[in-house]
Amino acid sequence: MGLLSDPNRRKALTGLLTRLNTPICIVCYLAGIVWFMGLAFEPFTLRTYMSENAMGSTMVEERFSSGERALSLAKEFDAHKRKAGGMPVEWLVKAMQSRGLEVFTQSFSRKLPFPDENKERYMVRGTNVYGILRAPRAPRTEALVITAPCSPGNTNNQAVALLLALAQYFRNQIYWAKDIIFLVNEHDLIGTQAWLEGYHHTNITEYISGSLRGRAGSIQAALSLELSSDVITSLDLVLEGLNGQLPNLDLANLFYAFCQKLGVLCTIQGKLQRNDWDTAEGYTHAAQTMMLMVLKQACGRSWGDHGLFLRYHIEAASVRGINSFRHYKTDATTIGRLLEGMVRKLNNLLERLHQSYFFYLLPSLSRFVSIGYYMPAFGLLAVILLLRALDLWVHLGAPALAAVDGVTEAEQPSSPGVLTVLTPVVISHLTGVALYLLPVHLQEMAVEHFPVSETEAVVLTAIAIYTAGLALPHNTQRLLSGEGTEQGWKVLKLTALLYLAVLLGCTALINFSLGFILAVTLVPITASITPALYAVVMVLLSPAFTILYCVFIYQELIEAPVSVSEGWMLFLSVISQGILDHALYGSLVYPLLALFIYPCWLMFWNILFWN
Amino acid sequence: MAAPLTLLLIVAVTIRAVLFRSSLAELISARVEVVSPLNAWKRVVEGLALLDLGVSPYSGDVFHETPLMIYLFHFTVDYAEIVFIVSAYFFRKQKYALESDRYSADCLELLRSPKEMFYIPLKVAMFYLLNPFTILSCVAKSTCGLNNAIIALFIFCTLKGSALLSGILLALATYQSIYPLTLFAPALLFFLQRLYIPVNLRRSSFWFFTLQYAFMYVGSLVVITGLSFFLLGSWDFIPSVYGFIFSVPDLTPNIGLFWYFFAEMFEHFRLFFSCVFQINVFFYTIPLSIKLKEHPVFLIFMQIAIISIFKSYPTVGDVALYMAFLPAWSHLYRFLRNIFLVSCVLLACSALFPVLWHLWIYAGSANSNFYYAITLLFNFGQVKVFTTTWLTNCEWKNRWRNKVSLFINLY
Repeated sequence: MGLLSDPNRRKALTGLLTRLNTPICIVCYLAGIVWFMGLAFEPFTLRTYMSENAMGSTMVEERFSSGERALSLAKEFDAHKRKAGGMPVEWLVKAMQSRGLEVFTQSFSRKLPFPDENKERYMVRGTNVYGILRAPRAPRTEALVITAPCSPGNTNNQAVALLLALAQYFRNQIYWAKDIIFLVNEHDLIGTQAWLEGYHHTNITEYISGSLRGRAGSIQAALSLELSSDVITSLDLVLEGLNGQLPNLDLANLFYAFCQKLGVLCTIQGKLQRNDWDTAEGYTHAAQTMMLMVLKQACGRSWGDHGLFLRYHIEAASVRGINSFRHYKTDATTIGRLLEGMVRKLNNLLERLHQSYFFYLLPSLSRFVSIGYYMPAFGLLAVILLLRALDLWVHLGAPALAAVDGVTEAEQPSSPGVLTVLTPVVISHLTGVALYLLPVHLQEMAVEHFPVSETEAVVLTAIAIYTAGLALPHNTQRLLSGEGTEQGWKVLKLTALLYLAVLLGCTALINFSLGFILAVTLVPITASITPALYAVVMVLLSPAFTILYCVFIYQELIEAPVSVSEGWMLFLSVISQGILDHALYGSLVYPLLALFIYPCWLMFWNILFWN
Repeated sequence: MAAPLTLLLIVAVTIRAVLFRSSLAELISARVEVVSPLNAWKRVVEGLALLDLGVSPYSGDVFHETPLMIYLFHFTVDYAEIVFIVSAYFFRKQKYALESDRYSADCLELLRSPKEMFYIPLKVAMFYLLNPFTILSCVAKSTCGLNNAIIALFIFCTLKGSALLSGILLALATYQSIYPLTLFAPALLFFLQRLYIPVNLRRSSFWFFTLQYAFMYVGSLVVITGLSFFLLGSWDFIPSVYGFIFSVPDLTPNIGLFWYFFAEMFEHFRLFFSCVFQINVFFYTIPLSIKLKEHPVFLIFMQIAIISIFKSYPTVGDVALYMAFLPAWSHLYRFLRNIFLVSCVLLACSALFPVLWHLWIYAGSANSNFYYAITLLFNFGQVKVFTTTWLTNCEWKNRWRNKVSLFINLY
């Protein structure tokens, strides 16, 4: 480390960094944004390829032909569903048993912390039905799962029926090396979570469920099927899971390979791939697809029933059938063949999918961006925080460096006590804890005193605490009398910058999209904050507003733009969904924002009102 | 001084008590960075259970604590939390006491104002008690806290000048984990300096005192080992404790350097590499003692740092031990180069340990290389702290010598 030990060179380097600090930061920020947007440009991406040998070199000839029978079964399932008013458990059990599966049921119940207004449920009680197809000649150590949700109304009848038809077809084949579990879950994600917890004997959330009586070994992969019409025009692949976790890219490659083979149109984020990457429309199309994936990954919820499997190290993806206005339609037999092919390839796996990437972004189904390409975009944003911190350190240390060899050392001019920095930190974190705990705990009290429903009470309490936090600096300044030295806010800024850098770094490692989106809004404002900055700018780039902007951008990207009031209602529902996801499935976005990002932002807010 | 100290103590005890009662305690006591197979509370409980059943606690290769430790907990197992908080208190008390009269032998006060000197004990106590590493270690009920307390008591007795007590406590510390053996040299040098015996291999007074001190040390070690034998009735504990420390059979990932290496190598070379790694810990004693023979307290600090970086099963409690000493050398702060970068590296690594563990074990998206990379970076940061302090000390000594000679020449 000659560069850093030689005092002259070191002084020159630090001098350069402090003189050119602001230009370097601006260049880094712009470079980071341009790098990120450039990721969607096709020459900068790589074509997807199958990495797992066991899945690539085998030929599969699909022979599934009972598509019509599946459709008639769908009508029967629908009729029984209406009669039972929910999940027709006896009919399903009998249907699976007649197809030669070992059938088991699991009943579960869960009381949500507050009513879910999107799905209109509060006290959830349901039953999962699953049938195990035992591998005829293999030891029962590994399993695959195919699941279809039992949804109310007209949705997903064809999915369950296709599941049963596939089960009947699979039962007659002899080449299965893994057990196959056909799962029909009720109440979508809640049922899946209860089943997974019962299967793995874990207790992450407070479900009350019976333990599973039938097991099939360690699950290697899972596929979730959502099909609501007799014919479809395209199949959509959903990859984003809980906390932004993605399945192994090989699963997406497998799906794409089979769609090519069977001639089925496949989409991702609902968008079809385009070939004209060198035109502006082509590029914007790819960029929109990638941005949709980033936004979906950032919000940390599971966008399909598969998302909860990922946490147990089970590679899973959701396949959704879409019926839109195109000429070319695909029937149920082809979808059955596609699933048969995929499951047969997964059957050939010798070990879990691990060869391909776990961290990637998809501008289209045949192109991907790996972590090595997208992380530098985040790195450029994080380095701004470090440069600013270094700059502050040099400025703070300058008076001490002046008295380098004096026997009488020059006292640092009113060096700030630890208390001036510690107080804002402690108070900010206490506010964060309040933001995390109080909305759910105070909902009964809020409902008593105000004419709002429970959900609205929770969300409005959260917003109220968030806004109340903005008023804190005035009060803390009044408490600490005689503070507010020039050094004080610089030390606080240094601490807060390092804290934010570590926080964003850890977030980006686990969920890159969340880390990047937070970095894009937080880094410029925090790097340039001084007591003289306008408070409005700070508020407009706060985490809550970031969520609001993301809501509007998301609506624009899915081609369903909303007005301001609708956007606001969506924003409120996003907050309530976030809190519910955390309580029900253990999503980490809400605790991260409430307990770490918001206090960090509050520390910077304190700097604005220094003095 | 008493008031801020009491306040500090109250705050530290409150934080520990709050964390003990919360649900985080179980989470923390399972973290590999905080507990190791040598000092995990879970294993102590296992050993106690085996003892109650009348079986040797060392059967089953789970328990690796010394017999005295198990008997200590046999009587205080219900009050385990209090024991740990009390040991933290003792540690603080020793630190405080030792700092207030440390410089009676050194004449280095001239370069610091008396006001600063006054606050050093408080800073040391703060650095230890409020260090997140120590709090985590205490909440996890890792016996590392007790080991730290014994080492602190040893340093205290050494500085107070009582050779017998110092020998006994050093023997106790060595008995717990072998590495404090290297602290024999700095303690000896301190006593020699204090009694004005020159370190000259030809003088009989030097040998006389060395033999005296060695006799006290070895004697207490023999007594303690014999006592353990009589307590448990067998020599089982020697292979289980000391054999375990030296041969490193358990390769659970931790913040040390051993696990990844030993997981990768062939059985054939295992003996060779364990010898090399273990020699690495003891090797630096002689050169450092020769170089730092006039500054035995700084030597103690250096030795503790080396032990906690290169020992076979380090935990964050060991790291906290030598970090707590840093304020004692606050006069070096001004000359510390790159301290900002190094502390950023250490901070980032401490935050990244649980993240990469989660990605490796739970999400399955990473593998052991990621975790070992952070381990390497963490140890690199520690080594940087160590070398920076060492170099700064040398530079400061040179400046001081120049100043003094200048001073003397003027008059």
